Amino acid sequence: MTVTAVLKDADALTMTLDAEFEASPERVWQLWADPRQLERWWGPPTYPATVTSHDLRPGGRVEYHMTGPEGDQSRGYWEIVDADAPYRLIFRDGFANADGTANSDMPLNEARVTIAEIREGQTRMTIQSIFPDAAAMEQLIAMGMEEGLKQAVGQIDAILASDVRA
Amino acid sequence: MQIAPPDFDLVFGALSDATRRDIVRRAVDAEEGVAELASHYPMSFAAVQKHVAILERAGLVTKARSGRRKIVRTNPEGLRVVRRLLDRYEQLWLGRIDRMTTLVAEPPNTKETNR
Repeated sequence: MTVTAVLKDADALTMTLDAEFEASPERVWQLWADPRQLERWWGPPTYPATVTSHDLRPGGRVEYHMTGPEGDQSRGYWEIVDADAPYRLIFRDGFANADGTANSDMPLNEARVTIAEIREGQTRMTIQSIFPDAAAMEQLIAMGMEEGLKQAVGQIDAILASDVRA
Repeated sequence: MQIAPPDFDLVFGALSDATRRDIVRRAVDAEEGVAELASHYPMSFAAVQKHVAILERAGLVTKARSGRRKIVRTNPEGLRVVRRLLDRYEQLWLGRIDRMTTLVAEPPNTKETNR
């Protein structure tokens, strides 16, 4: 496992994940910058991603859909806020409707990717998810993002445990 | 990105509220109706009724008749579904990092042939 840390800060509305790779920053950057490589890791094996549009320049857009085992598709997009190859990528990740338009019911969360060389051939990638506000964080958390998630999991586990006792 | 069935939003929307999580916890005992549940919260009966309806729609609680009362009961199966979805989501980024690791370990895709 290359993930070295997952840090959740409910006050700062962030979740930060650190990972280390035996590769150069340029190589790690390719994972994001090459749509064919991005397709190979963004979606889980059961929901592979297809990137249909890919422009990592500031103001650019990445569009993708993921195809499930039943042929069902879900669409998403990134709005590129900033990009500085191979060290920095900032984008807002959103859900899209079937016709590709942004689904404004769902909050965007901002991801800041920082790539830095630790030593020759070893690179640390930090992904920080930033939520626009507490309400959006709550909604995304409710949908599965960390902190409140843990809280919900703890509560659910407690409930399930007491249910067994009952 | 979405990795869950359509009712995912419904279920997590229902659980995103502290009062509703508390109702789910209390309803494990299946002893109280909406009126009794409402007595625990500084809000109107109607407001609590609305919370219960949201939980019911998400499959997290059921209402069962007991004499003249309707008892609110937590649906453990609904919670198990939630648990599985949460586990899956938590694995999402870890899975991505794993796949990234595999990718960077691949030999560079050079078209170099034997010289």
